[in-house]
Amino acid sequence: MSQYRVSGKGRVDLSKKINFTFEGKSYTGGQGDTVASALLSHGVHLMGRSFKYHRPRGAVAAGSEEPNALIGTRRGPGRFEPNTRATVQDIYEGLQTNAQNKYPSLKFDVGAVNDAAYMLFSAGFYYKTFMWPRSFWDKVYEPFIRAAAGLGVSPTEEDPDHYASRNLHIDVLVVGAGPTGIAAAKAASAEGLSVVIVDENREIGGTLLSEPQAVIDGIPAWAWIEQELAALKAQGVKVMTRTTAIGYYNDNLVGLVQKLTDHLPSLPADTPRERMWRVRAGQVVLAQGALEKPLVFHGNDRPGVMLAGSAQTFLNRYGVLVGKRPVVLTAHDSAWYAAFDLADAGAKVQAIVDVRDGVSEALIAGARDRNIPVRLSYTATATKGRLRVKSLRVNRMQGGTVGAAEEISCDAVLMSGGWTPSLHLFSHTKGKLAWDDDRTTFLPEMTPEDCVIAGASRGLWGIEAALNDGAEKGRAVAAALGKAGNAVSYTVAEDRTGSGVSMKELPTDLSPGKAKAFVDYQNDVTAKDLRLAVREGMRSIEHVKRYTTNGMATDQGKMSNINGLNIASDALGRKQPQVGLTTFRPPYTPTSFGAFAGYHRGSHFEVTRKTQIDAWAEENGAVFEPVSQWRRAWYFPKGGESMDDAVRRECATTRKSLGIFDASTLGKIEVVGPDAVEFMNRMYTNPWTKLGVGKCRYGLLCGDDGFIRDDGVIGRLGQDKFHVTTTTGGAARVLNMMEDYLQTEWPDLNVWLTSTTEEWSTIALNGPNAAKLLQPFTDVTLTEENFPHMSCVECEVAGMPARLFRVSFTGEIGFEVNVPAPMGRQLWETLWEAGQQYGITAYGTETMHVLRAEKGYIIVGQDTDGTVTPYDAGMGWAVGKAKPDFVGKRGLARPDLVAEGRKQLVGLVTEDGSKLEEGAQIVFDASQPIPMKMVGHVTSSYDVGTTDQPIALALVEGGHSRMGETVFIPMPDRTISAKITGTIFVDPDNAKLKIPASAENKGVAA
Amino acid sequence: MLLIHCPYCNETLPELEYAYAGEAHIARPANPSEVSDEEWAEFLFMRSNVKGIHYERWRHLHGCGRFFNAVRDTVSDKFLTTYEAGAPRPDLDTLVNTPAEGGK
Amino acid sequence: MTHFSAFSLLKNALTGHKNWTEQWPDAQPKAEYDVIIVGAGGHGLGAAYYLATQHGITNIAVIDKGWLGGGNTGRNTTIIRSNYLYDESARLFDHSVDLWQNLSQELNYNVMYSNRGVLMLAHNVHDVQSFKRHVHSNRLNGVDNRWLSTEECKEYCPPLNISKSSRYPVMGGALQERAGTARHDAVAWGYARGAAARGVDVIQNCAVQAIRRNDDGSVAGVDTDKGFIKAKKVAVSASGHNSMVMATAGVRLPLESMPLQALVSEPVKPVFPCVVMSNAVHAYCSQSDKGELVIGSGTDQYVSYGQRGGLPLIEHTVSAISEVFPIFNRMRMLRKWAGITDNTPDRSPIIGKTPVPNLYVNCGWGTGGFKATPGSAHVFAWTIAKDEPHPINAPFTLDRFRTGRLIDEAAAAAVAH
Repeated sequence: MSQYRVSGKGRVDLSKKINFTFEGKSYTGGQGDTVASALLSHGVHLMGRSFKYHRPRGAVAAGSEEPNALIGTRRGPGRFEPNTRATVQDIYEGLQTNAQNKYPSLKFDVGAVNDAAYMLFSAGFYYKTFMWPRSFWDKVYEPFIRAAAGLGVSPTEEDPDHYASRNLHIDVLVVGAGPTGIAAAKAASAEGLSVVIVDENREIGGTLLSEPQAVIDGIPAWAWIEQELAALKAQGVKVMTRTTAIGYYNDNLVGLVQKLTDHLPSLPADTPRERMWRVRAGQVVLAQGALEKPLVFHGNDRPGVMLAGSAQTFLNRYGVLVGKRPVVLTAHDSAWYAAFDLADAGAKVQAIVDVRDGVSEALIAGARDRNIPVRLSYTATATKGRLRVKSLRVNRMQGGTVGAAEEISCDAVLMSGGWTPSLHLFSHTKGKLAWDDDRTTFLPEMTPEDCVIAGASRGLWGIEAALNDGAEKGRAVAAALGKAGNAVSYTVAEDRTGSGVSMKELPTDLSPGKAKAFVDYQNDVTAKDLRLAVREGMRSIEHVKRYTTNGMATDQGKMSNINGLNIASDALGRKQPQVGLTTFRPPYTPTSFGAFAGYHRGSHFEVTRKTQIDAWAEENGAVFEPVSQWRRAWYFPKGGESMDDAVRRECATTRKSLGIFDASTLGKIEVVGPDAVEFMNRMYTNPWTKLGVGKCRYGLLCGDDGFIRDDGVIGRLGQDKFHVTTTTGGAARVLNMMEDYLQTEWPDLNVWLTSTTEEWSTIALNGPNAAKLLQPFTDVTLTEENFPHMSCVECEVAGMPARLFRVSFTGEIGFEVNVPAPMGRQLWETLWEAGQQYGITAYGTETMHVLRAEKGYIIVGQDTDGTVTPYDAGMGWAVGKAKPDFVGKRGLARPDLVAEGRKQLVGLVTEDGSKLEEGAQIVFDASQPIPMKMVGHVTSSYDVGTTDQPIALALVEGGHSRMGETVFIPMPDRTISAKITGTIFVDPDNAKLKIPASAENKGVAA
Repeated sequence: MLLIHCPYCNETLPELEYAYAGEAHIARPANPSEVSDEEWAEFLFMRSNVKGIHYERWRHLHGCGRFFNAVRDTVSDKFLTTYEAGAPRPDLDTLVNTPAEGGK
Repeated sequence: MTHFSAFSLLKNALTGHKNWTEQWPDAQPKAEYDVIIVGAGGHGLGAAYYLATQHGITNIAVIDKGWLGGGNTGRNTTIIRSNYLYDESARLFDHSVDLWQNLSQELNYNVMYSNRGVLMLAHNVHDVQSFKRHVHSNRLNGVDNRWLSTEECKEYCPPLNISKSSRYPVMGGALQERAGTARHDAVAWGYARGAAARGVDVIQNCAVQAIRRNDDGSVAGVDTDKGFIKAKKVAVSASGHNSMVMATAGVRLPLESMPLQALVSEPVKPVFPCVVMSNAVHAYCSQSDKGELVIGSGTDQYVSYGQRGGLPLIEHTVSAISEVFPIFNRMRMLRKWAGITDNTPDRSPIIGKTPVPNLYVNCGWGTGGFKATPGSAHVFAWTIAKDEPHPINAPFTLDRFRTGRLIDEAAAAAVAH
C-alpha cells in the first residue's frame, strides 16, 4: 500500500491495481481513484503551475471546483485533452497525464521568475504599459503575453471519438444526488411520475460519501446509500451518474452531459465518449449542495494547503491522508471534524487554529480527546515551503491587533472559510438572489422557471436538514404536477451541523500590500489585486472581476466569488449586495465541444440534399458544388479535362446539338384555388390574368421594399392551377413569403400553396436536337405551332406521368420534363441513351450559368444582390404597371428607387479581349486617386462559352443610357477598358428558340 | 429553447418547430399607392421592439404551417398567450392575471 | 489622472500600489449639462471623450443604468475589421480602424489592439464571388483586403480544415491584415478615464426613465431614477435599450433587439494566430491573449431582452467550430453568455440627428458595433457638437428608411440561386 493510504478507509478498491503515469513517472492506484487521490496517496501534492506567476500548486479541492490541479490527459493518438481536473479524472490502466504551464519541468519552472516580479504584475498592469514604442505591441509584447498565458496545449489531431445526443421528456429532474437530491427523488417519484436524478460524480451519495459516520434512521450512511439507490430504482427513478447538468435554459430545458468512456481502460466499440441529454422537465429540483471557501492569507496556495472538507473527502472516500502532520485553519466548525477524522485515521494533527474566539464545548472536547492543540482567536499570516508547505505562521489576535507570530511545522494545511451554496443552475434561470447577512452569502429567492432549490444550495447545513428539505421539495414538485408525492421524514445521528463566520482576507502583521493572499488561485488574483481595483475606481463587482480576472478561470469563481465579493465590498465600504454578484453562466463545468456538436460532425454537420439523379452524376465523374443545402453537379470532366475545357465542351455541344441538365433542385410551388390568378397578380410583379392555360411566363418576385427577391418560370396548368418555380436557394423563403401574405394579409383569397420541390425530378433538355430527342417519348406534338416556346402541359413522357415545359435558360430549344421524383433517374437514363445519337452531353451548373449569361438571363443573387429593382435589371417589361397593387409596387415608388443614377444591368465586352473577374469594380475615370468613385461591378463573367470573346454582365450607374461608352476596371496590376453593351450576346432575335419546320416530328401514338 | 403553443394544432411544442415572424398587428395598408413614403416606411420598418409585453407573430413552420400571434414578455421570454391570426389583441389585464396557456 | 507608463508602474510597484488613483470618479448628477449621453458603453463614453478633446465641450454627463461598459462593449467577441462592401460602410469602419491603430497611445491606456488579421472563409461559389467583390471594392477604397487561395488560408491559420470532402469545403478567403481584436473592457475604461480627466461626469447605476421635451418640441433633459437632469442636448447610444429610450421622446426606430450569444473555451497556449469568420457555416473564432478561444454564435430569431439565449444555437455554433477546426473537438467550453443587439433592416447603423431638435441617436449596430467604437464615437461627437453630421456618418440617417437609400451590407451578401 502506498505511503499515505489508510487501511480500512475509503471506497477505493485497492485489490485492483491500476498503473498510470504523471509527468512520465509511473504510479499506482486502485479502482475508484482519481488522478489526484492516487497521486496524494503517494505523497505527491505538486500537480501544476499557476497561470501568471507559475507558482507551484497542488489540489486544493477534491471535486469539480478544483482550480489548481489541471493536467493534460492522453490515451493514444488523437485522444488528448488539456486542462483536465485531476480531482475528477478517474485513473485507468495506461492513462498518461502531464502537468501544464511549466518549462522546463514541473519542479523547476523558469516562468516562476514572474513570481519574483509579483509587485509589477499587479491587477490590470497590462493596461498601463506595453504601449511604447507603438510597433512593439504586435511584435514583442503581445507574443510574450500570449506565450506566457494559456494553461495546457491544444489538441493537435482530429478527435477519433464520437458523441451522441438525446432528448428526454420527464416530469421531474433532480440535479445532485446527495442526501437532498436522493430524498427529493424518492418523495417525488410517486403515482407514475417519471423522475430522473443526476450527479456529476461516479456514484451517488454526495456529502454522505465523505461522512460515513452519519447514521440515517438507524442505518449507517453508506449502507443507506445502497438501500436508497435500490429503492429509487425500484420506484422507476432513472439514476444517472457521471452526468453533469451543464445549463438551465428557457422553459425548463436542462442540458446534461453524461461521460461514458473517459474512465474506462479500453474503449468499447460503438460507445460515444459523451452524450448530451436535452431534458425537458415538468419540474426541476436543484440540489447541488454547497462549496467550501478557502481562507485568504499570504501563501495560501502552497501545495499541501487544501480545503478541510476536501481533505476529509480524500480520507473518507479515497482512504488517503493528505498529510501526516496537518494543521487545521478555520473559520467554521466543519473543519474541526476534518481534524478529528484525520487524527482518528492516524495523522498527528499539529493544531486547530480558529479565527473565532469561541467554539462549542463539544468541539473543544473532541480536540482534547485527540490531544490536538487548539488556538482560538488566531490568524494565519504566512506559509513556508517551496514545492510543499512546511509550516504555517500564525498570530494571536487581541482586541483587533495582530500579536506575535509563531510557526507551526506541518506537511499540510487544511483550511475552511465556511460554505457557500451552489447557485449556478439557479442563476442560469435568471433567478433572483437575496443577500443573507447572517450567513454572509447569497441565497435563492425566486425564479421564472418551474424549479425549486433544496438543501445546502439554499443555505441549510447538516444532513438531517438536507434530507427533510429534499423530501419536502420532492413532495412539493409532485404536488405541482397534481400528485400527492411520498411522505418521508428522516432522523440523523452523528450529524455534523455547525456554523462559522465569513471572512475577507485574514488579518496580518506583514505588509498587506505585499501579501500573496490568493482569492482566485488559477488566475493568480490576490486580495491586494482586488483592493487595487477598487482603489482605481472599479466599484461594481463586474468591474472588479474584469479588471483583476477574479472568477474568470476554468472554475468560474466557484471558490473565489464570495471571498472576492467580501474583500471588494470591504474595500468599498458597502454591503455585498450593493456591489453585486457576478452572473454564473453555463456550462456548470467546462464541457467538451464534442458534446455540443453531438452527431453534427463531418458529413453529418449539415444535411446534404441530393437529387434523384445525383448518383448518376457521381458515377459519371461529376464535380459537385454546394448550393444552399444542395449539392449540384458543377461540371462533368472527361478524361482529365480541366474545368474550363469541360465547360467549353458542354457549352459547345449544347449549342450545337444537345445537352441534358438536372434541374431538380429548382424550387417548385403549386398555387391552386379559385383565387389563384388573383393571388399571383398580387404576389408577382407580372400580370397573370391573361396568361392562357398551357402557357408559361417568366415571373419576378419583389419584396414590399421594391427589390428583387426571386424569379422563375411559372406555368398555368389550369384556370385555378399554377406551377411556380423558384431559385434553388429561394424555395423555402418564397413559400414562406407567399404563405405570410396569403394567411395574414389576404385571408379572403381561396388559394392553397404546396411545396412540390421534392415531388418532381426535373430534367432540362436544351439544344437544336432537343425536340427531336424528346418527340419519340411523348404524344405531345413538339412543333412550333402546337407547343411553342413558353408552353406547358400535363402529359406522359416515356410512359411516366409528366409536366412538360417548353422553356429555355440557354437560348436553345429547351424543355423541362418534370416526372415523379423517384422516376427521375430512369427518365434521365432513357433520354441519355437516346441522346447518344446526337452526341448528347450532360452539363452542370457552370455551363448552365455560361449559356444563360450569353442570353442575358439573370441569376437572382448573382446579378442582383437585394438592392436591385426590376427596372435596374432591365426587366421593366415584367412589371404589370396597370395592376392596382402587387408586392413591391409601393416600394418601387420610393424616392431613391426612382432617382437618377441607379446601377443598372448591362453587358460588358473588354477592349483587349481579356476576361473580367467577377466582383471587379468599375470606374468612369481610371486616373483618379484612391479612394476611387466606383460606379458598379462585374456580376457575371465567362470566357468558356460559345461567343468569340469573353462576355460579362455588370451593374453600372446609369448603365442603360450609356450603351457604347467605355468604362474602366482597375485591377491590381493594370486597368482594363470595357465597352458597355446590351446583355444579350447570342442570338438576339431568338431564332434558335424556334423549332425549325424541317425538324418537326409528329408525335407517335401512345 | 422556448416552448410554444400553436393555437391551430392546440399543442405546446419546442421552438425548433417554429419560425419567428416579427411584430404582430402591423397591417399592410389597404391601398398602398395612396400612403405617403413616411407611412410606407412605418409599415415596412418601424417596430415597437418592446422590452416587456410584446405582440408578435410566429409560424408553425414544421407543423401546420400556420402563422399565428403571440403575447410574450421579452424580458422573461415567457408566453402569456398565443392566438389565431386575425383575432384582435387580447386584453392585457386579463392575460397578466390568468395563467398562460402557451408554455405550460 | 495618473499618467500610465512603465515607469509609473514600476514606481507604484515599489510603493505597494498604494498611490494609484481612481481611473474615473464616482460622479453624481448635477442639475444641468450641455450634453447628456445616455449609455456608458464604448460608443457613448468615446463620444464624450471626443466632445471634450476635439470640440471643447466638457460639461457632459454619460449616464448608464448599470455599470459602464456592461452592455455589448463587454459582451462581444472583439472582432475589428473594415472590409465592408459599400463606400459608406468602408469609410465609417475604416475611419475606426485608423483610430484603433493608436488608440492606446491616444488614451494612455493599453486597449491591446492587435492587428492579427481577419480571414473570412469562402465555402461556395457564391461566397467566392461575393468576397472577391469585397476585395476589389476595398482595394479601390484604400481598405486593405486580399484574396487567399485555400492553401494560403491554411498557411495563415494552421488549425483550419481544408479537406475537399468537407461538407463546406474552404474555397479560399479574404484577408484583412490590418484588422484584428482589442481588449473590450479596456476600451470603455480608457475612454471613461480620458473623458473623466477632462471633466466629464460618468454616472453609473442611474436609469434614464424618459427624455423630456420643451414646449417647442426640443429636448429639455432626462428624467432619471435620481431625478430630472436638464440638458441642452441629449444623445442616445444605449444598445439594447434604444427603442425604449427614444420612444419616450416620440421617436420610433426601425430596430429589433435580438440576443446574440458568444462563448469561450478553456485557455490554451497560442494555437490560433488570427481571426477567422465563416459566414456560411456560422463559425467565428479567435484566441484571446489569455488563451481562450473566443467564439461568436448567431442571433436567436426572436426579440428578447432576456440575455439568456438557447441551447440549439450553441450546439450549432460549436459544431461549426469543430467542422472548420476539427482539432478543437476535445477542447472544452468554459462559459457562454448573451448580449442584446439592435438590428436595423439593412444591418447598418443609424448615427445622426432625429426629428426632435437637439436629440441625437447612435444605434442599430447589430452584431458588429464594437469594431466601430472609436470611429462611431468620433463622428457622433462631431454630430452632437455641430448639430450636423460628419461627412462619414451623413449617409447613416434615419431618413434612409423612408427614401429607400439603404446601405444594405446584408443584402449584398445575400444567397440566392
